[in-house]
Amino acid sequence: MQRLPRQRSSAAEELEVIAPSKLAIENVSKNFKGASGAVLALDRVSLNVAEGEFVCLVGASGCGKTTLLNIIAGLEKPDSGTVQADGKPITGPGRERLVMFQEPALFPWLNVFGNVLFGLKLKPNLTNKDRQDVAKYYLELVGLSRFERANIHELSGGMKQRVSLARALAPNPRVLLMDEPFAALDALTREQLYGDLQRIWKARNKTIVFVTHNVREAACLGDRVIVFSPRPGRIREEFAVDLPRPRDINSVDLAVHATEITKALKGHSEGEIAIAE
Amino acid sequence: MKRFLLAALFFAVLLLIWEALFRAKIWSPVLLPSPRQVAVYLKDAAVDGTLVKATIVTMRRLLIGYIIGLLAGLPLGLLTARWRVCQDTIGTLALGLQTLPSVCWVPLALLWFGQTEAAMLFVVVMGTLWSVVIATETGVRNVPPIYRRAALTMGSKRLHMWFKVILPAALPFIVSGMKQGWAFAWRSLMAAEIFVSILTGFGLGQLLHYGRELSAMEQVIGIMIIIVVIGLLADKIFFSPFEKFLHRRWGTSQA
Repeated sequence: MQRLPRQRSSAAEELEVIAPSKLAIENVSKNFKGASGAVLALDRVSLNVAEGEFVCLVGASGCGKTTLLNIIAGLEKPDSGTVQADGKPITGPGRERLVMFQEPALFPWLNVFGNVLFGLKLKPNLTNKDRQDVAKYYLELVGLSRFERANIHELSGGMKQRVSLARALAPNPRVLLMDEPFAALDALTREQLYGDLQRIWKARNKTIVFVTHNVREAACLGDRVIVFSPRPGRIREEFAVDLPRPRDINSVDLAVHATEITKALKGHSEGEIAIAE
Repeated sequence: MKRFLLAALFFAVLLLIWEALFRAKIWSPVLLPSPRQVAVYLKDAAVDGTLVKATIVTMRRLLIGYIIGLLAGLPLGLLTARWRVCQDTIGTLALGLQTLPSVCWVPLALLWFGQTEAAMLFVVVMGTLWSVVIATETGVRNVPPIYRRAALTMGSKRLHMWFKVILPAALPFIVSGMKQGWAFAWRSLMAAEIFVSILTGFGLGQLLHYGRELSAMEQVIGIMIIIVVIGLLADKIFFSPFEKFLHRRWGTSQA
Protein backbone atom coordinates (compact mmCIF):
# COMPACT_ATOMS: atom_id res chain seq x y z
CA MET A 1 0.00 0.00 0.00
CA GLN A 2 1.26 3.42 -0.87
CA ARG A 3 1.80 5.68 2.08
CA LEU A 4 0.53 9.15 1.55
CA PRO A 5 1.83 12.10 3.54
CA ARG A 6 -0.34 12.64 6.59
CA GLN A 7 -2.90 15.18 5.73
CA ARG A 8 -5.51 16.79 7.85
CA SER A 9 -8.85 16.59 6.17
CA SER A 10 -11.52 18.94 7.37
CA ALA A 11 -15.01 18.12 8.53
CA ALA A 12 -16.31 19.57 5.29
CA GLU A 13 -14.18 17.19 3.23
CA GLU A 14 -15.18 14.34 5.46
CA LEU A 15 -18.82 15.15 4.81
CA GLU A 16 -18.46 15.22 1.03
CA VAL A 17 -20.63 12.76 -0.81
CA ILE A 18 -18.24 10.11 -2.13
CA ALA A 19 -18.73 7.66 -4.96
CA PRO A 20 -20.61 4.53 -3.92
CA SER A 21 -19.16 1.08 -4.62
CA LYS A 22 -20.20 -1.51 -7.10
CA LEU A 23 -20.32 -5.06 -5.84
CA ALA A 24 -19.62 -8.21 -7.80
CA ILE A 25 -20.56 -11.52 -6.21
CA GLU A 26 -19.69 -14.56 -8.22
CA ASN A 27 -20.48 -18.21 -7.57
CA VAL A 28 -20.42 -17.81 -3.80
CA SER A 29 -21.10 -20.96 -1.78
CA LYS A 30 -21.13 -21.36 1.97
CA ASN A 31 -21.69 -24.40 4.18
CA PHE A 32 -22.60 -24.41 7.83
CA LYS A 33 -22.04 -27.37 10.08
CA GLY A 34 -25.07 -27.50 12.29
CA ALA A 35 -26.39 -30.06 14.77
CA SER A 36 -28.22 -31.82 11.92
CA GLY A 37 -25.25 -32.02 9.60
CA ALA A 38 -23.97 -29.59 7.03
CA VAL A 39 -26.39 -27.02 5.62
CA LEU A 40 -25.71 -25.41 2.29
CA ALA A 41 -26.52 -21.82 3.20
CA LEU A 42 -25.50 -20.42 -0.17
CA ASP A 43 -25.24 -22.40 -3.37
CA ARG A 44 -23.29 -20.73 -6.19
CA VAL A 45 -24.92 -17.35 -5.78
CA SER A 46 -23.99 -14.62 -8.24
CA LEU A 47 -25.17 -11.04 -7.97
CA ASN A 48 -24.03 -7.68 -9.25
CA VAL A 49 -24.94 -4.46 -7.51
CA ALA A 50 -24.39 -1.20 -9.36
CA GLU A 51 -22.93 1.96 -7.86
CA GLY A 52 -25.55 3.65 -5.74
CA GLU A 53 -28.11 0.93 -6.27
CA PHE A 54 -30.58 -0.05 -3.56
CA VAL A 55 -30.96 -3.83 -3.62
CA CYS A 56 -33.27 -5.80 -1.34
CA LEU A 57 -32.77 -9.48 -0.59
CA VAL A 58 -35.97 -11.25 0.42
CA GLY A 59 -36.65 -14.83 1.36
CA ALA A 60 -37.85 -17.09 4.14
CA SER A 61 -35.60 -17.39 7.16
CA GLY A 62 -32.72 -19.76 6.57
CA CYS A 63 -32.37 -18.89 2.88
CA GLY A 64 -28.87 -17.53 3.34
CA LYS A 65 -29.63 -13.87 2.72
CA THR A 66 -28.06 -12.79 6.00
CA THR A 67 -25.06 -15.04 5.31
CA LEU A 68 -24.57 -13.29 1.99
CA LEU A 69 -24.74 -9.92 3.74
CA ASN A 70 -22.13 -11.03 6.29
CA ILE A 71 -19.89 -12.21 3.46
CA ILE A 72 -20.16 -8.84 1.73
CA ALA A 73 -19.39 -7.21 5.07
CA GLY A 74 -16.29 -9.39 5.37
CA LEU A 75 -17.48 -10.85 8.67
CA GLU A 76 -17.65 -14.32 7.13
CA LYS A 77 -15.65 -15.96 4.38
CA PRO A 78 -17.25 -17.88 1.53
CA ASP A 79 -16.19 -21.52 1.00
CA SER A 80 -15.85 -20.81 -2.69
CA GLY A 81 -16.53 -18.00 -5.13
CA THR A 82 -15.42 -14.39 -5.10
CA VAL A 83 -16.79 -11.16 -3.73
CA GLN A 84 -15.40 -7.90 -5.02
CA ALA A 85 -16.05 -4.28 -4.25
CA ASP A 86 -14.95 -1.95 -7.06
CA GLY A 87 -12.89 -4.74 -8.56
CA LYS A 88 -10.98 -5.49 -5.36
CA PRO A 89 -11.60 -8.73 -3.45
CA ILE A 90 -13.14 -8.34 0.00
CA THR A 91 -10.78 -9.91 2.52
CA GLY A 92 -12.21 -8.74 5.82
CA PRO A 93 -14.47 -6.20 7.49
CA GLY A 94 -13.75 -2.56 6.79
CA ARG A 95 -15.40 0.81 7.16
CA GLU A 96 -16.01 1.06 3.40
CA ARG A 97 -18.90 -1.32 4.03
CA LEU A 98 -20.76 -0.71 7.27
CA VAL A 99 -23.49 -2.89 8.68
CA MET A 100 -26.70 -2.03 10.43
CA PHE A 101 -27.95 -5.03 12.37
CA GLN A 102 -31.45 -6.12 13.27
CA GLU A 103 -30.89 -5.89 17.02
CA PRO A 104 -29.49 -2.51 17.83
CA ALA A 105 -25.78 -3.20 18.30
CA LEU A 106 -25.29 0.16 19.98
CA PHE A 107 -22.79 0.21 22.83
CA PRO A 108 -24.53 0.74 26.16
CA TRP A 109 -21.39 2.14 27.80
CA LEU A 110 -21.44 5.13 25.45
CA ASN A 111 -24.17 7.71 25.06
CA VAL A 112 -25.78 8.49 21.69
CA PHE A 113 -23.04 10.91 20.69
CA GLY A 114 -20.29 8.51 21.76
CA ASN A 115 -21.80 5.76 19.65
CA VAL A 116 -21.88 7.91 16.53
CA LEU A 117 -18.32 9.04 17.25
CA PHE A 118 -17.03 5.47 17.67
CA GLY A 119 -16.32 4.76 14.02
CA LEU A 120 -15.08 8.30 13.42
CA LYS A 121 -12.48 7.96 16.14
CA LEU A 122 -11.03 5.06 14.19
CA LYS A 123 -10.53 7.29 11.18
CA PRO A 124 -7.11 8.91 11.23
CA ASN A 125 -6.33 12.40 9.93
CA LEU A 126 -9.30 14.09 11.55
CA THR A 127 -9.21 16.50 14.44
CA ASN A 128 -11.54 15.88 17.36
CA LYS A 129 -13.45 18.99 16.45
CA ASP A 130 -14.01 17.63 12.92
CA ARG A 131 -15.20 14.34 14.31
CA GLN A 132 -17.70 16.08 16.54
CA ASP A 133 -18.97 18.21 13.68
CA VAL A 134 -19.40 15.13 11.51
CA ALA A 135 -21.22 13.24 14.27
CA LYS A 136 -23.51 16.22 14.82
CA TYR A 137 -24.29 16.36 11.12
CA TYR A 138 -25.43 12.73 11.03
CA LEU A 139 -27.46 13.00 14.22
CA GLU A 140 -29.19 15.95 12.61
CA LEU A 141 -29.70 13.90 9.44
CA VAL A 142 -31.54 11.16 11.36
CA GLY A 143 -33.42 13.78 13.39
CA LEU A 144 -31.93 13.07 16.80
CA SER A 145 -29.88 16.18 17.51
CA ARG A 146 -31.73 16.76 20.73
CA PHE A 147 -30.77 13.35 22.06
CA GLU A 148 -27.01 13.40 21.64
CA ARG A 149 -26.39 13.14 25.40
CA ALA A 150 -29.03 10.46 25.99
CA ASN A 151 -28.16 6.99 27.19
CA ILE A 152 -29.00 4.17 24.82
CA HIS A 153 -31.54 2.50 27.09
CA GLU A 154 -33.54 5.72 27.25
CA LEU A 155 -34.33 5.56 23.53
CA SER A 156 -37.29 3.87 21.85
CA GLY A 157 -36.67 1.06 19.38
CA GLY A 158 -37.09 3.40 16.42
CA MET A 159 -34.71 5.95 17.88
CA LYS A 160 -32.14 3.25 18.53
CA GLN A 161 -32.23 2.24 14.88
CA ARG A 162 -31.89 5.88 13.86
CA VAL A 163 -28.75 6.12 16.00
CA SER A 164 -27.50 2.87 14.44
CA LEU A 165 -28.06 4.40 11.02
CA ALA A 166 -26.18 7.56 12.00
CA ARG A 167 -23.35 5.45 13.42
CA ALA A 168 -23.12 3.40 10.22
CA LEU A 169 -23.21 6.51 8.02
CA ALA A 170 -20.75 8.59 10.03
CA PRO A 171 -17.49 7.08 8.72
CA ASN A 172 -18.83 7.75 5.20
CA PRO A 173 -18.86 4.18 3.86
CA ARG A 174 -19.37 3.42 0.19
CA VAL A 175 -21.76 0.58 0.95
CA LEU A 176 -24.42 0.27 3.60
CA LEU A 177 -25.44 -3.26 4.55
CA MET A 178 -28.71 -3.55 6.41
CA ASP A 179 -29.81 -6.78 8.06
CA GLU A 180 -33.57 -6.57 8.75
CA PRO A 181 -33.00 -3.29 10.55
CA PHE A 182 -36.68 -2.47 10.99
CA ALA A 183 -38.06 -5.94 11.71
CA ALA A 184 -38.51 -5.34 15.43
CA LEU A 185 -40.25 -1.97 15.09
CA ASP A 186 -43.94 -1.13 15.06
CA ALA A 187 -45.59 -0.35 11.71
CA LEU A 188 -45.90 3.40 12.26
CA THR A 189 -42.25 3.86 13.19
CA ARG A 190 -41.26 1.66 10.26
CA GLU A 191 -43.17 3.80 7.78
CA GLN A 192 -41.39 6.90 9.05
CA LEU A 193 -38.06 5.20 8.70
CA TYR A 194 -38.81 4.09 5.11
CA GLY A 195 -39.24 7.74 4.23
CA ASP A 196 -36.12 8.79 6.10
CA LEU A 197 -34.00 6.03 4.65
CA GLN A 198 -34.99 6.92 1.07
CA ARG A 199 -34.24 10.58 1.74
CA ILE A 200 -30.84 9.80 3.32
CA TRP A 201 -29.93 7.32 0.59
CA LYS A 202 -30.59 10.02 -1.97
CA ALA A 203 -28.67 12.68 -0.03
CA ARG A 204 -25.62 10.51 0.74
CA ASN A 205 -25.57 8.39 -2.44
CA LYS A 206 -24.74 4.95 -1.01
CA THR A 207 -24.91 1.48 -2.44
CA ILE A 208 -27.35 -0.33 -0.14
CA VAL A 209 -27.91 -4.04 0.28
CA PHE A 210 -30.96 -4.53 2.43
CA VAL A 211 -32.03 -7.90 3.84
CA THR A 212 -35.66 -8.40 4.82
CA HIS A 213 -38.44 -10.97 4.87
CA ASN A 214 -41.04 -8.28 4.39
CA VAL A 215 -41.99 -8.14 0.70
CA ARG A 216 -43.73 -4.78 0.88
CA GLU A 217 -40.73 -3.30 2.61
CA ALA A 218 -38.51 -4.65 -0.16
CA ALA A 219 -40.76 -3.26 -2.89
CA CYS A 220 -40.92 0.08 -1.12
CA LEU A 221 -37.18 0.49 -0.74
CA GLY A 222 -35.44 -1.45 -3.47
CA ASP A 223 -34.49 -0.55 -7.03
CA ARG A 224 -34.28 -4.29 -7.38
CA VAL A 225 -35.69 -7.09 -5.25
CA ILE A 226 -33.85 -10.41 -5.23
CA VAL A 227 -35.92 -13.39 -4.13
CA PHE A 228 -34.01 -16.19 -2.40
CA SER A 229 -35.09 -19.79 -2.00
CA PRO A 230 -33.87 -21.76 1.01
CA ARG A 231 -32.00 -25.05 1.50
CA PRO A 232 -29.84 -24.65 -0.47
CA GLY A 233 -29.83 -20.86 -0.54
CA ARG A 234 -30.17 -19.74 -4.13
CA ILE A 235 -31.37 -16.73 -6.04
CA ARG A 236 -34.73 -17.69 -7.43
CA GLU A 237 -35.91 -14.63 -9.24
CA GLU A 238 -35.33 -10.93 -9.36
CA PHE A 239 -37.66 -7.99 -9.87
CA ALA A 240 -36.97 -4.44 -10.91
CA VAL A 241 -39.16 -1.93 -9.09
CA ASP A 242 -39.35 1.17 -11.24
CA LEU A 243 -41.75 3.25 -9.18
CA PRO A 244 -40.98 6.93 -8.60
CA ARG A 245 -39.49 7.94 -5.26
CA PRO A 246 -40.12 8.69 -2.53
CA ARG A 247 -42.40 5.71 -2.39
CA ASP A 248 -45.28 5.25 -0.03
CA ILE A 249 -45.62 1.74 1.35
CA ASN A 250 -49.42 2.02 1.17
CA SER A 251 -49.64 2.93 -2.52
CA VAL A 252 -51.55 0.69 -4.88
CA ASP A 253 -48.77 0.47 -7.47
CA LEU A 254 -46.44 -0.75 -4.80
CA ALA A 255 -48.98 -3.37 -3.72
CA VAL A 256 -49.06 -4.68 -7.28
CA HIS A 257 -45.31 -5.20 -7.27
CA ALA A 258 -45.41 -6.73 -3.82
CA THR A 259 -48.08 -9.21 -4.91
CA GLU A 260 -45.96 -10.31 -7.81
CA ILE A 261 -42.92 -10.83 -5.60
CA THR A 262 -45.00 -12.66 -3.01
CA LYS A 263 -46.19 -15.01 -5.73
CA ALA A 264 -42.60 -15.84 -6.57
CA LEU A 265 -41.84 -16.48 -2.91
CA LYS A 266 -44.94 -18.63 -2.41
CA GLY A 267 -44.50 -20.47 -5.65
CA HIS A 268 -41.23 -21.50 -4.26
CA SER A 269 -42.50 -22.69 -0.89
CA GLU A 270 -45.28 -24.74 -2.52
CA GLY A 271 -42.60 -26.35 -4.57
CA GLU A 272 -40.71 -27.12 -1.42
CA ILE A 273 -43.72 -28.73 0.19
CA ALA A 274 -44.19 -30.91 -2.89
CA ILE A 275 -40.60 -32.03 -2.62
CA ALA A 276 -40.95 -32.69 1.09
CA GLU A 277 -43.90 -34.97 0.41
CA MET B 1 -33.94 13.68 53.40
CA LYS B 2 -36.90 11.56 54.38
CA ARG B 3 -34.86 8.44 53.73
CA PHE B 4 -32.05 9.78 55.89
CA LEU B 5 -34.41 10.57 58.78
CA LEU B 6 -35.96 7.15 58.58
CA ALA B 7 -32.54 5.49 58.67
CA ALA B 8 -31.47 7.69 61.59
CA LEU B 9 -34.62 6.75 63.46
CA PHE B 10 -33.97 3.07 62.83
CA PHE B 11 -30.47 3.25 64.29
CA ALA B 12 -31.66 5.33 67.24
CA VAL B 13 -34.19 2.62 68.05
CA LEU B 14 -31.45 -0.02 67.86
CA LEU B 15 -29.35 1.98 70.32
CA LEU B 16 -32.35 2.34 72.65
CA ILE B 17 -32.96 -1.40 72.62
CA TRP B 18 -29.28 -1.97 73.41
CA GLU B 19 -29.43 0.52 76.28
CA ALA B 20 -32.63 -1.08 77.59
CA LEU B 21 -31.04 -4.54 77.54
CA PHE B 22 -28.07 -3.15 79.43
CA ARG B 23 -30.33 -1.57 82.05
CA ALA B 24 -32.39 -4.71 82.44
CA LYS B 25 -29.20 -6.40 83.71
CA ILE B 26 -30.04 -9.74 82.13
CA TRP B 27 -26.35 -10.23 81.34
CA SER B 28 -23.36 -9.10 83.33
CA PRO B 29 -22.04 -5.66 82.30
CA VAL B 30 -18.75 -7.42 81.51
CA LEU B 31 -20.51 -9.25 78.71
CA LEU B 32 -22.81 -6.45 77.62
CA PRO B 33 -21.44 -2.96 78.15
CA SER B 34 -23.68 0.06 77.63
CA PRO B 35 -23.55 2.13 74.44
CA ARG B 36 -22.06 4.92 76.54
CA GLN B 37 -19.13 2.73 77.69
CA VAL B 38 -18.40 1.76 74.10
CA ALA B 39 -18.56 5.40 73.04
CA VAL B 40 -16.16 6.37 75.85
CA TYR B 41 -13.72 3.67 74.77
CA LEU B 42 -13.88 4.84 71.17
CA LYS B 43 -13.36 8.45 72.22
CA ASP B 44 -10.36 7.60 74.42
CA ALA B 45 -8.83 5.36 71.75
CA ALA B 46 -9.33 8.09 69.18
CA VAL B 47 -7.77 10.72 71.44
CA ASP B 48 -4.70 8.69 72.40
CA GLY B 49 -4.14 7.72 68.77
CA THR B 50 -4.33 3.92 69.01
CA LEU B 51 -7.48 3.79 66.91
CA VAL B 52 -6.17 6.01 64.14
CA LYS B 53 -2.86 4.16 64.02
CA ALA B 54 -4.48 0.74 63.92
CA THR B 55 -6.91 1.89 61.22
CA ILE B 56 -4.08 3.23 59.11
CA VAL B 57 -2.09 0.00 59.48
CA THR B 58 -5.08 -2.13 58.50
CA MET B 59 -6.19 0.07 55.64
CA ARG B 60 -2.70 0.23 54.22
CA ARG B 61 -2.45 -3.55 54.16
CA LEU B 62 -5.87 -3.82 52.61
CA LEU B 63 -5.42 -1.16 49.95
CA ILE B 64 -1.95 -2.21 48.82
CA GLY B 65 -2.92 -5.88 48.73
CA TYR B 66 -6.18 -5.11 46.98
CA ILE B 67 -4.57 -2.98 44.31
CA ILE B 68 -1.92 -5.64 43.65
CA GLY B 69 -4.66 -8.26 43.39
CA LEU B 70 -6.62 -6.08 40.99
CA LEU B 71 -3.64 -5.25 38.81
CA ALA B 72 -2.69 -8.90 38.56
CA GLY B 73 -6.25 -10.22 38.32
CA LEU B 74 -7.48 -8.09 35.43
CA PRO B 75 -4.81 -9.12 32.89
CA LEU B 76 -4.96 -12.73 34.07
CA GLY B 77 -8.71 -12.70 33.56
CA LEU B 78 -8.31 -11.25 30.08
CA LEU B 79 -5.71 -13.89 29.17
CA THR B 80 -8.00 -16.59 30.50
CA ALA B 81 -10.88 -15.33 28.38
CA ARG B 82 -8.76 -14.89 25.28
CA TRP B 83 -6.80 -18.14 25.03
CA ARG B 84 -8.09 -21.65 25.53
CA VAL B 85 -4.72 -22.65 27.00
CA CYS B 86 -4.99 -20.02 29.71
CA GLN B 87 -8.58 -20.99 30.38
CA ASP B 88 -7.57 -24.60 30.97
CA THR B 89 -4.63 -23.64 33.18
CA ILE B 90 -5.02 -20.29 34.93
CA GLY B 91 -8.80 -20.45 34.70
CA THR B 92 -9.01 -23.83 36.38
CA LEU B 93 -6.52 -22.77 39.02
CA ALA B 94 -8.51 -19.60 39.73
CA LEU B 95 -11.74 -21.53 39.97
CA GLY B 96 -10.19 -23.96 42.43
CA LEU B 97 -8.44 -21.40 44.58
CA GLN B 98 -11.49 -19.17 44.69
CA THR B 99 -13.34 -21.88 46.57
CA LEU B 100 -10.55 -21.92 49.16
CA PRO B 101 -11.52 -19.52 51.97
CA SER B 102 -8.71 -17.01 51.85
CA VAL B 103 -8.03 -17.28 55.57
CA CYS B 104 -6.66 -20.74 54.76
CA TRP B 105 -3.66 -18.95 53.26
CA VAL B 106 -2.67 -17.59 56.68
CA PRO B 107 -0.66 -20.58 57.96
CA LEU B 108 1.24 -20.82 54.69
CA ALA B 109 1.86 -17.07 54.60
CA LEU B 110 3.23 -17.12 58.15
CA LEU B 111 5.66 -19.94 57.40
CA TRP B 112 6.81 -18.28 54.19
CA PHE B 113 7.03 -14.68 55.27
CA GLY B 114 7.06 -14.80 59.09
CA GLN B 115 5.03 -12.40 61.19
CA THR B 116 5.51 -9.52 58.74
CA GLU B 117 3.60 -7.17 56.49
CA ALA B 118 4.44 -9.42 53.58
CA ALA B 119 2.39 -12.23 55.11
CA MET B 120 -0.60 -9.92 55.51
CA LEU B 121 -0.27 -8.59 51.98
CA PHE B 122 -0.06 -12.09 50.63
CA VAL B 123 -3.31 -13.07 52.32
CA VAL B 124 -5.10 -9.98 51.01
CA VAL B 125 -3.79 -10.51 47.48
CA MET B 126 -4.97 -14.13 47.51
CA GLY B 127 -8.37 -12.99 48.73
CA THR B 128 -8.72 -10.48 45.88
CA LEU B 129 -6.98 -12.08 42.95
CA TRP B 130 -9.08 -15.11 42.11
CA SER B 131 -12.44 -13.36 42.30
CA VAL B 132 -11.17 -10.67 39.97
CA VAL B 133 -9.74 -13.22 37.52
CA ILE B 134 -13.00 -15.15 37.39
CA ALA B 135 -15.22 -12.08 37.15
CA THR B 136 -13.13 -10.62 34.34
CA GLU B 137 -13.19 -13.89 32.45
CA THR B 138 -16.95 -14.29 32.89
CA GLY B 139 -17.49 -10.67 31.91
CA VAL B 140 -15.50 -11.01 28.71
CA ARG B 141 -17.21 -14.26 27.79
CA ASN B 142 -20.61 -12.64 28.25
CA VAL B 143 -19.95 -9.75 25.90
CA PRO B 144 -22.63 -10.09 23.19
CA PRO B 145 -20.87 -11.10 19.93
CA ILE B 146 -22.79 -8.41 18.07
CA TYR B 147 -20.75 -5.66 19.78
CA ARG B 148 -17.57 -7.24 18.51
CA ARG B 149 -18.99 -7.61 15.01
CA ALA B 150 -20.24 -4.04 14.91
CA ALA B 151 -16.86 -2.78 16.11
CA LEU B 152 -15.04 -4.97 13.57
CA THR B 153 -16.91 -3.41 10.67
CA MET B 154 -16.00 0.05 11.94
CA GLY B 155 -12.34 -0.88 11.86
CA SER B 156 -11.68 -1.77 15.50
CA LYS B 157 -9.20 -4.54 16.15
CA ARG B 158 -6.72 -5.96 18.65
CA LEU B 159 -5.90 -3.52 21.44
CA HIS B 160 -8.56 -1.02 20.40
CA MET B 161 -11.10 -3.83 20.43
CA TRP B 162 -9.99 -4.94 23.91
CA PHE B 163 -9.88 -1.52 25.51
CA LYS B 164 -12.74 0.24 23.75
CA VAL B 165 -15.22 -2.58 23.30
CA ILE B 166 -14.63 -5.74 25.26
CA LEU B 167 -13.47 -4.24 28.55
CA PRO B 168 -16.22 -1.62 28.74
CA ALA B 169 -18.81 -4.19 27.73
CA ALA B 170 -17.57 -6.49 30.50
CA LEU B 171 -17.52 -3.69 33.07
CA PRO B 172 -20.67 -4.66 34.99
CA PHE B 173 -19.22 -8.12 35.63
CA ILE B 174 -15.79 -6.77 36.46
CA VAL B 175 -17.17 -4.31 39.00
CA SER B 176 -19.12 -7.01 40.80
CA GLY B 177 -15.97 -9.14 40.80
CA MET B 178 -14.02 -6.24 42.26
CA LYS B 179 -16.62 -5.91 44.96
CA GLN B 180 -16.48 -9.59 45.79
CA GLY B 181 -12.67 -9.44 45.81
CA TRP B 182 -12.85 -6.53 48.21
CA ALA B 183 -15.16 -8.44 50.53
CA PHE B 184 -12.93 -11.52 50.51
CA ALA B 185 -9.80 -9.44 51.09
CA TRP B 186 -11.37 -7.57 53.99
CA ARG B 187 -12.60 -10.73 55.70
CA SER B 188 -9.36 -12.60 55.29
CA LEU B 189 -7.31 -9.67 56.56
CA MET B 190 -9.45 -9.39 59.69
CA ALA B 191 -9.15 -13.11 60.31
CA ALA B 192 -5.40 -12.94 59.84
CA GLU B 193 -5.00 -9.98 62.16
CA ILE B 194 -7.01 -11.62 64.90
CA PHE B 195 -5.23 -14.91 64.44
CA VAL B 196 -1.62 -13.71 64.58
CA SER B 197 0.14 -10.74 66.02
CA ILE B 198 2.15 -9.13 63.30
CA LEU B 199 5.29 -7.56 64.66
CA THR B 200 5.47 -4.81 62.08
CA GLY B 201 2.21 -3.08 62.87
CA PHE B 202 -0.82 -3.17 65.10
CA GLY B 203 -4.04 -3.39 63.10
CA LEU B 204 -7.74 -3.29 63.98
CA GLY B 205 -7.90 -7.07 64.15
CA GLN B 206 -5.21 -7.07 66.82
CA LEU B 207 -7.07 -4.44 68.83
CA LEU B 208 -10.09 -6.70 68.67
CA HIS B 209 -7.99 -9.66 69.77
CA TYR B 210 -6.52 -7.79 72.74
CA GLY B 211 -9.97 -6.61 73.70
CA ARG B 212 -10.84 -10.27 74.19
CA GLU B 213 -7.58 -11.01 76.07
CA LEU B 214 -8.33 -8.17 78.46
CA SER B 215 -12.02 -9.08 78.65
CA ALA B 216 -12.66 -5.48 77.59
CA MET B 217 -16.01 -5.95 75.94
CA GLU B 218 -16.43 -2.23 75.19
CA GLN B 219 -13.21 -2.46 73.16
CA VAL B 220 -14.39 -5.57 71.31
CA ILE B 221 -17.72 -4.00 70.39
CA GLY B 222 -16.14 -0.61 69.68
CA ILE B 223 -13.67 -2.10 67.21
CA MET B 224 -16.39 -4.19 65.60
CA ILE B 225 -18.37 -1.02 65.00
CA ILE B 226 -15.30 0.61 63.43
CA ILE B 227 -14.87 -2.40 61.14
CA VAL B 228 -18.50 -2.22 60.07
CA VAL B 229 -18.23 1.51 59.42
CA ILE B 230 -15.13 1.05 57.27
CA GLY B 231 -16.92 -1.61 55.24
CA LEU B 232 -19.92 0.66 54.77
CA LEU B 233 -17.80 3.63 53.79
CA ALA B 234 -15.82 1.58 51.28
CA ASP B 235 -19.07 0.58 49.68
CA LYS B 236 -20.54 4.09 49.67
CA ILE B 237 -17.43 5.96 48.61
CA PHE B 238 -15.71 3.48 46.36
CA PHE B 239 -18.27 1.16 44.78
CA SER B 240 -21.60 2.99 44.91
CA PRO B 241 -20.70 5.81 42.50
CA PHE B 242 -19.31 3.26 40.10
CA GLU B 243 -22.41 1.09 40.28
CA LYS B 244 -24.70 4.08 39.99
CA PHE B 245 -22.91 5.11 36.81
CA LEU B 246 -23.29 1.61 35.38
CA HIS B 247 -26.97 1.48 36.27
CA ARG B 248 -27.59 4.83 34.67
CA ARG B 249 -25.76 3.98 31.48
CA TRP B 250 -26.99 0.42 31.08
CA GLY B 251 -30.45 1.23 32.36
CA THR B 252 -30.44 -1.55 34.94
CA SER B 253 -31.41 0.64 37.89
CA GLN B 254 -34.51 -0.14 39.90
CA ALA B 255 -34.37 3.12 41.82
